[in-house]
Amino acid sequence: MSAKLSFGDRLYRGEKSFNFIENRRRWYGLSAFLIITSSLALGLQGLHLGIEFKGGSEFIVNKAGVSVPDARAAMSKANVPGEPIIQTIGSDKVRIQTGVLTSVESSRVADVLSSTFSVAKNEIDTRLVGPSWGEEITRKALTALAVFLLVIIIFLSIAFEPKMAVAAIIALFHDVWITVGIYSLIGFEVTPATVIGFLTILGYSLYDTVVVFDKVRENTRGIAGGSRLTYSAAANLAVNQTLVRSINTSVVALLPVGSILFIGTGVLGAGPLKDLSLALFIGLIVGTYSSIFVATPFLAAMREREPAMKALSKRVNARTGKSDVGAAAVATAASTATGERGPRNQPKRKKAKKRK
Amino acid sequence: MSTTSYTSRPGRSFIALLLIFIALGASVFIQGATEVRLGLDLRGGTSVILQPRISAGQEGKVTNESIDQAVTIIRQRVNSLGVAESEVVAQGSGTNRQILISVPGESGERVVELVGQTAELRFRQVLATGGAVEVPAPAPAPAPAATPSGSTSKLSKSAPYFADPAPIVTPKASTPEPAPAPASTPESTPESDAQAQAVAAAGELLSQQFAALDCTKEESTRGGGGDSPELPLVTCDRDGSARYVLGPAEVLGTQVKNASAAIDQEGSGGWFVSLDFNKEGSGQFSAVTQRVVSLTAPQNQVAIVLDGLVVSAPRIISAITGGSAQITGDFTQQEASDLANVLKYGSLPLAFDRGEIQQVSPTLGTDQLRAGLLAGGLGLILVVIYSLLYYRALGLVTVGSLALAALMLYLTVAVLGENIGFTLTLAGIAGAIVAIGITADSFIIYFERLRDEIREGRSLRSAVEMGWQRARRTIIISDIVSLIAALLLYIFAIGNVRGFAFALGLTTVIDLIIVFLFTKPIITVMANLKFFREGHPMSGLNAHKVPGATFAAKNEKGSN
Repeated sequence: MSAKLSFGDRLYRGEKSFNFIENRRRWYGLSAFLIITSSLALGLQGLHLGIEFKGGSEFIVNKAGVSVPDARAAMSKANVPGEPIIQTIGSDKVRIQTGVLTSVESSRVADVLSSTFSVAKNEIDTRLVGPSWGEEITRKALTALAVFLLVIIIFLSIAFEPKMAVAAIIALFHDVWITVGIYSLIGFEVTPATVIGFLTILGYSLYDTVVVFDKVRENTRGIAGGSRLTYSAAANLAVNQTLVRSINTSVVALLPVGSILFIGTGVLGAGPLKDLSLALFIGLIVGTYSSIFVATPFLAAMREREPAMKALSKRVNARTGKSDVGAAAVATAASTATGERGPRNQPKRKKAKKRK
Repeated sequence: MSTTSYTSRPGRSFIALLLIFIALGASVFIQGATEVRLGLDLRGGTSVILQPRISAGQEGKVTNESIDQAVTIIRQRVNSLGVAESEVVAQGSGTNRQILISVPGESGERVVELVGQTAELRFRQVLATGGAVEVPAPAPAPAPAATPSGSTSKLSKSAPYFADPAPIVTPKASTPEPAPAPASTPESTPESDAQAQAVAAAGELLSQQFAALDCTKEESTRGGGGDSPELPLVTCDRDGSARYVLGPAEVLGTQVKNASAAIDQEGSGGWFVSLDFNKEGSGQFSAVTQRVVSLTAPQNQVAIVLDGLVVSAPRIISAITGGSAQITGDFTQQEASDLANVLKYGSLPLAFDRGEIQQVSPTLGTDQLRAGLLAGGLGLILVVIYSLLYYRALGLVTVGSLALAALMLYLTVAVLGENIGFTLTLAGIAGAIVAIGITADSFIIYFERLRDEIREGRSLRSAVEMGWQRARRTIIISDIVSLIAALLLYIFAIGNVRGFAFALGLTTVIDLIIVFLFTKPIITVMANLKFFREGHPMSGLNAHKVPGATFAAKNEKGSN
């Protein structure tokens, strides 16, 4: 036999195997820690909401060389209620945020800024948000979430099995909660674009979980009748076999998101692109983690409670001796899977093999 | 071509794909839709989102009908700006609908002002009328009261009149004056004090305005409101077919309690509009009708003015004191219900809160577009590099597939922009960029499956088919999940989120098309190439079979 086996080869054969499921308590612990931290951060510190949620006005003056004190001085001339929040964005913009203004007041602010910094009025980007708008966005996002969960549970229950749907949804909550928690902890601003990001994580988290579960399902089909492999071992093999895909997929998804984050932050400064991609970037990482370390172990734990699976575990343990669930069982798994469909294709393959 | 039992006909798939591209390309070419329609955040402009204000006990008022009516009124106002490609649309569903107004370019503040206005329906006495344009020939006399004719023929078709509903409901005895003939009561001119005063007050200025007004010009019929209720008004009707000098507002739209179109059951069978005033309105309307009923035409007409334009100017044939009136005329059903809607909703049917007003300067728009494209390009390049490094020659398939997907996306967006007004926003670009990952993942799922099959000892050609059978299911299920997410976001979310969801959904569908019609078939073709069949280290298919696998493959490794 020639050549080095690749990482993927070894994972597939079970020569290299990570005990994701056997070590699940470790991962549960990590996830529990993250979830508690997130909850604490949310409870104590809340989220840093953008003006879209609080209501308010935002003016961006597109001119290099306008300093924060300049802008503050101009704002005091405009004489609008409340203390404005002023910050520079990149090198050629300054952003001024105020509370909710009437249209007369906001037009006065635009006039003052325009004359003070001699920029055309239409070169000042403004955004005025009514006080109830944020509630509206939040309410709609929650409605979308509720319906989405319902539809997905039904769909996955039909396409896979109800327990997989439950495990997938738990992983999904895990992902969103931790991502939101990270936002709270670090104090990133939450804007509607961030919410889009969170909602996309829902889709992505499930997408990723679905791919792993599809393999789990394949590996565990008809498993209860055998005695070679416990459900957990078969599921663990599935995670290992799809590990390369999981990593590649995550990398491939993170590359474009990372480039939006990079460009959005570097070129535009703050803005919807940055908000969206930051939420996605964090969410994708958490999502990949959860489909490997949370969803599948959780699924296995649920299935192992079934009487049929308990009986299976007993048979397997009696046969192999408890310790060796990892590699040995996994190695047989490959042949189990192959044996099942081997004979059907063997003859055809021989024909196909006729090469030069 | 099949040595396997799985009928895979790459040729057919390629032809199908080619047909899709030809169809898209043809519609782009024929409709001239080579440009993608950009959203305001990418080219500058103003967008306003209005949400209906639901006060206690008013929940029932937010209906599709009332929202549609509001959209119509606001659209009329926004059109008065004369900015091309302005849009007023309702979005969302049920009581959650919002009105989204987008106006490209630089008229930001005016948009906000216009849209913010409410309650612009007023009843004004007609002081004088005239044809669409001042006819220079006959009389230099610009005295409005003196030129009542001119457009009588024009008006006669729609010369409606106000009637007290009571006499019509009761046997027709009491109203022996049904004749809608315009020249009804030619009495002496210097009739009432009120009229004289009004004309005097109007004075020279009004006369001049009246003479100068040209209702055939488009800007004259844009309306837009802003007329003061206390002052007389010189304006056109909505069709631009007649000019009016109108007195101060006598009854306001807010004083109309209800209006509806109905068909005359007993009489002629014609359509009419019945309306009820509230208490205040009843009194004022009663006063107007009593005052003008005996005047000559056109001063016995009361104009219904919406946003500064005359919708209808019915004659008053009797004093209407009961708080209910009928407008009878030669109406079609459509005309009657339009008029009823105007009366009912003329003052915007709902109170609106300004949810969000965003004004993007062209500079920022261009910046965002550039950044979005840059990010997309960079993301694509990185994905390509990674695919080539990891999957070697197979990575080329990824590159080709992504390129085709990108082309198809561009064409589709251009076609949709032309046909359903789809605009590409920043959020949409973000959705498409995110979808690069999802699209590439479909290939990864397949490639990994392919390697798995090879590891089990299959020949490449058999692995291509077996791997596909399994990968296909995974790809479809995961894409359905993605589609469900996109669809629900699109239905429930508002504003930018919808643009994002649309892009995500669209790219997911394109992903499916490309995987089925390009990626898989091209792999089938490549499986026949020696380079891949023999698992050249650069082919990306140099997976090692599991030694004890059931397939005793003679896949000689490292043959080079």
